[in-house]
Amino acid sequence: MLYGLCALAGLLVVAVLADIIYQVISGASPAISRFGLNFIGHSRWAPNFGVFGAAAPIYGTLLSALIALLLATPLGIAIGLYLSTMAPPAVRAVVGPLVEMLAAIPSVIVGFWGFAVLAPFAAQHLEPFLHNVLGFIPLFGTPQSSGASIFTAGLGLTLMVLPIIAALSRDLFLTVPQELTDGAAALGATRWEIIRGVVLPSTVSGVAAAVVLGLGRALGEAIAVTQMIGDGAGIHSSLFLPGVSLASRIATEFNTPENPLHIPSLFYLALILLVIGLLTSLLARTIAGRFDVARTLISS
Amino acid sequence: MTTVSDALERDPSLPDPTAPLTATGNLRRRAAVSRFIELGASAAALFAVAMLGLVIYEVTKQGLSAVTSSFPDFLFTNPSGLAGGGILNSLLGTAVIAALAALIAVPVGVLTGLYLTEFAGPHARSGRGLKLVLDLMQGLPTIIAGVFIYGLLVATTHIESGLAGSLALSIVMLPLIARSSQEVLLLVPNSLREAADALGVERWRTVLGVILPAAIGGIATGAILSIARAAGETAPLLFVNSIYNPDATELNLFGHGVPSIPIFIYTNFDLPSQEAVSRVWGAAFVLLVCILLANVAARVLLARTRAKMRS
Repeated sequence: MLYGLCALAGLLVVAVLADIIYQVISGASPAISRFGLNFIGHSRWAPNFGVFGAAAPIYGTLLSALIALLLATPLGIAIGLYLSTMAPPAVRAVVGPLVEMLAAIPSVIVGFWGFAVLAPFAAQHLEPFLHNVLGFIPLFGTPQSSGASIFTAGLGLTLMVLPIIAALSRDLFLTVPQELTDGAAALGATRWEIIRGVVLPSTVSGVAAAVVLGLGRALGEAIAVTQMIGDGAGIHSSLFLPGVSLASRIATEFNTPENPLHIPSLFYLALILLVIGLLTSLLARTIAGRFDVARTLISS
Repeated sequence: MTTVSDALERDPSLPDPTAPLTATGNLRRRAAVSRFIELGASAAALFAVAMLGLVIYEVTKQGLSAVTSSFPDFLFTNPSGLAGGGILNSLLGTAVIAALAALIAVPVGVLTGLYLTEFAGPHARSGRGLKLVLDLMQGLPTIIAGVFIYGLLVATTHIESGLAGSLALSIVMLPLIARSSQEVLLLVPNSLREAADALGVERWRTVLGVILPAAIGGIATGAILSIARAAGETAPLLFVNSIYNPDATELNLFGHGVPSIPIFIYTNFDLPSQEAVSRVWGAAFVLLVCILLANVAARVLLARTRAKMRS
């Protein structure tokens, strides 16, 4: 009886995921049959003319997530190292939960804060500075006054990805057997040499999996990105111009369709997002699976 | 003839034994690099805590003044127009939507966790497949949950409802609850199961009488965390429960859109009026306080459960 209930619950979970995939594909099917795979490479999006292409939101999604990862990966790993190998126990017990609490802030509040505080700060200080120093690279173009841009969205995403990478890598570093680090210390290695020679090599695939999980989070975030990215159109080389992401386009336009193909096209964007989400999860699992093997080899 | 001083003459190729015990040369460089890295790692941790502080500070500064300027009316009146009144209807609505979502997701999630630990066996193919499905579900962008429920319910009936919102939130909660229950159930000592087996107790009675009571604290922790997570979610509600009268209380989940705090913030945060934005800060403050308190409560509960399991 209880076994039946539990098995039923498990089956329900599987059925829900299958139905999610089915619903998204069937909602997108009019757009798929109309545009095919050209949809992905087409950069123009003009709902009132029935012209739909996903290139601009894909570009914005990848770029903002890339900014977030570039910043959050070194920071997150450094925090993981600090919490697992350097911080005194009392500090660890306080700072660890605080970092995790960063992940508990609802994305709509992060986005609101990003819109009200981070975007003006970026527009007045960060972006002009980067433009002055690195302006010869097209990525760092002329800043806009609002501060709503792919760059600001990337900064906001950094805050949301950072606690994921930090907490996961801390937990990984804590699993490194004490004998290994003690052995390195007995050979006269400094703390950094222990980290570089023992801690990081034995956890590298796990850390990579944590980064991929963070990437998945950054690629799929809808609300905070919508609030910070500025809903721009087209593909521009400058990070400081408003842009659009897959999730932000869905969030902005889903309630106000202007064309019979509009909703199916948004479903098509959701399908791309779904595929990205499934792939990042699978990738993280595959990498982490290899990590499990490595760990058992080391400890046996 | 050799003198004492000749015998003490040092071989110049050996290190000076009277040199002070401080690092020099290469060792000094290595120690400096190590200290530099430690400094960088501490700075990174400080940065994360500072960012958390900055967000909480801004929300508290702006939100507290909105809440206290018309306290307690801010919590006990409905909004009126674009800038006046409080957030009562969104507060109640969020509570009701999240409660129904929990009512759906907690039983299914806990039963799934039980299936994984008590019935599937550690190496069964069904258990591994189910874990994969849960991982995939947890990795889905939350806006997909909204698109899914839109396609399932709203596209066919053309009615947004609190029920649809609750269902979308329950999809976000389900994998979180299932995985956290599974992890807690794995912590229950196997000796308990073996003792019950040895006494000839049936598996379902063992689960209900022994295993669940031992794990209940941890399961509750996971449930609280996932409810707090879902209550703050906006994206799943956006297409299935965002059309409602913003100034009225609506708690009937069937056939009506039900107001919620995340949707309230999302639809009002970029209004040009100072008063309207101040009201949004107030709503953000109330939501943040509730969620952070739930997180602290869950942490305390978890610490107590861990202590109990160890003893």
